[in-house]
Amino acid sequence: MSENTVAVAMSGGVDSSVAAALLVEQGYRVFGVMLRLWSEPGREESNRCCTPDSMAQARRVADQLKIPFYAINAQEIFRQVVVEHFFEGYRRGITPNPCLLCNRFIRWDYLLNHAEAMGAEKMATGHYARIRVVDSSVKLLKGIDENKDQSYVLSVLSQDQLKKTLLPVGELTKPQVRELARAFGLPVAERHDSQDLCFLAGQDYRDFLKRHAPDVMQPGKILNLKGEIVGEHQGLGFYTIGQRKGLGIFAPNPYYVVDKIPEDNILVVGEESDLQFFGLIAGNVNWIAGMPPDRAFRAEVKIRYKARLVSSVVEVLEENTLRIWFDHPLRDVTPGQRVVMYEGEEVLGGGVIRQGIREIHGKEVSWG
Amino acid sequence: MREERIYLDYAATTPVDRRVLEEMLPYFDTFFGNPSSVHVFGQKAEAAIENAREIIASKMGVSAREIVFTGCGTESDNLALRGVALARREKFGADRILITPVEHHAVSHTAEQLAEHFGFRLEFLKVDSRGVVDADDLRKKLARDVAIVSVIFANNEIGTINPVKELGRICRDFEVPFHVDAVQAAAHISMKGIGEWCDLAAIGAHKFYGPKGVGALFVRQGTAILPVQTGGGQENGRRSGTQNVPYIVGMAKAFELAQDELSQTEPFQKQLRDQIISSVLGNIEGAFLTGHAEARLGNHASFVFEGVDGNQLLILLDAAGFACSSGSACKTGDPRPSEVLLVLGIPPELALGSLRVTVGKYTRQEEVDRFLAALPALIERCRKLTNHSAGVLS
Repeated sequence: MSENTVAVAMSGGVDSSVAAALLVEQGYRVFGVMLRLWSEPGREESNRCCTPDSMAQARRVADQLKIPFYAINAQEIFRQVVVEHFFEGYRRGITPNPCLLCNRFIRWDYLLNHAEAMGAEKMATGHYARIRVVDSSVKLLKGIDENKDQSYVLSVLSQDQLKKTLLPVGELTKPQVRELARAFGLPVAERHDSQDLCFLAGQDYRDFLKRHAPDVMQPGKILNLKGEIVGEHQGLGFYTIGQRKGLGIFAPNPYYVVDKIPEDNILVVGEESDLQFFGLIAGNVNWIAGMPPDRAFRAEVKIRYKARLVSSVVEVLEENTLRIWFDHPLRDVTPGQRVVMYEGEEVLGGGVIRQGIREIHGKEVSWG
Repeated sequence: MREERIYLDYAATTPVDRRVLEEMLPYFDTFFGNPSSVHVFGQKAEAAIENAREIIASKMGVSAREIVFTGCGTESDNLALRGVALARREKFGADRILITPVEHHAVSHTAEQLAEHFGFRLEFLKVDSRGVVDADDLRKKLARDVAIVSVIFANNEIGTINPVKELGRICRDFEVPFHVDAVQAAAHISMKGIGEWCDLAAIGAHKFYGPKGVGALFVRQGTAILPVQTGGGQENGRRSGTQNVPYIVGMAKAFELAQDELSQTEPFQKQLRDQIISSVLGNIEGAFLTGHAEARLGNHASFVFEGVDGNQLLILLDAAGFACSSGSACKTGDPRPSEVLLVLGIPPELALGSLRVTVGKYTRQEEVDRFLAALPALIERCRKLTNHSAGVLS
């Protein structure tokens, strides 16, 4: 097979379409792929990552670019890996991020493997991030367009995976991408940019959990910070850290969710001023370079995809775990979400938030 | 991605023969009239379709009045089942429909609709593990309350040719109309004399080097049939709608060529087919032939492979430049095991690993050689992908 064959993961949207067009223009042999992901039976039409509409659109773009296009069946592996992880997260009382797991185990493993089996050397996507080869290693950088930067969701990738990846639109701004789409005569429609998970197909995640993992939703006690019972919760999965509404507690001052204790099925509430995190502990850390830059170092961190960068000190605890101290306290550190570390434009790595740190002097707060 | 692509999917469709295309062209502009019109424009068009009807009838050895033009093979099957079932229930109260479990969806879904929405009783005839219909079972189930019996002449998925003459004669003993879905068969088997053993037969032009979007149904004189599509009363009231003149002309030419040239085209295709079957079974472990080993279409080789996802295999084959098909083929990445393969007793995991290789009159020896040289490694790669996924899951 050719050394210059590239598989483009196409969504039918403008970014991956322009990515494909650019690669064709650069002389690569290109073919398009799209994952068929798991949907609840009867809701296949609404899985935002692979609706029949987006598939038809991707097919039209592929035809226009004169490249072959294939739908790759990933329903079973997606259900077993990503959807199960979603249930498991809520079972443990955390707020999981299935898209990152999908990137790591479905897109950059299952799909990449298929692409390679089909003769591709590399896989391209329409993500706004950049890849730079420095000596023999690969760096992951933010996209040129800071507003669209998607390097956060790629922080799960290894050197090996990044070496096989092309991100053509990361070198461009969104307006430039739209301009190119017009120039190539490609559709410029946006794929609906929703934060919802594709397999929820537009429904509330709580309804989904009720149907598929009713065991996740065990009612339990709500305690305040003094350890007093102040109410009953419907199941920890219904609540996120910082949530104020829907607690069903009558009190002079509004209560906020400040912690969850899954072992005892307890939801802890407090006042807004109790929502202060000075740092966090993260596990399952992936270093883009394959290793941390130092035992301790300064970095800017993001605690959610759309969060602001916060200057911090990072301490490497064990190989896979780290402690981060923010320069300024944050309000909503959510276990299960990902923290990603940056040095300027460069992604250093990221890990899964295990817990927030409330006390600066190492004195753990215990409830009840 | 190889630039030169090799087409081994003639059972899906065939390219239009140049001679057919030549025959069709004048009827798009020069002789564009409506066959129902009184004037000379209309007369030319009418003459063309009546000539086409005569050609097809004579190749089948039947009368021209017994040929109805339709929009495709599927429509022909629909007209046969729905038309005859409704007419015979109205006339004789016959409300049972007998089909096989290995029919094309054109027949099975039509029969299912007649059962679910129109009150017919649908029954299935027994087939053996090669997809051959059991004649004794037909004899047992037949009675005068059967509205229609429908059997696939040659199976699209597994290539098996049914003993349709025998089955048809049994039906005639009971005076029950016998329909054959001859869509796959028409390109490879002589259709001469079908009126002696069947009452209805469906064909579609694009399977025998004619254009897509045109088909025909043989309806033996005297068969009760209600039109499914009503309107201006074309086709002797049996299929209304202005006839697609150039396509009908093309179908007749294609059918004539296909039937006349059987002795030239079939032997080489059979030779290629046998080479494919023996090479695959001999060189690839965990490969099994599906369908009948001898009584099968001359161009048709079909397999299942252990530990292979058939859809993945098709994608890898296409990426390597080979166009094939499978019983579970699905363009949207949502494959299901083929019902036909399951009925033969093939386990679902194995049924998902199916491959259909069908050659045609333009297939060259060298193309088959290249395909057979490439296939084992691609099967191996598919098996590795399956194992890799299993590894991720464990």
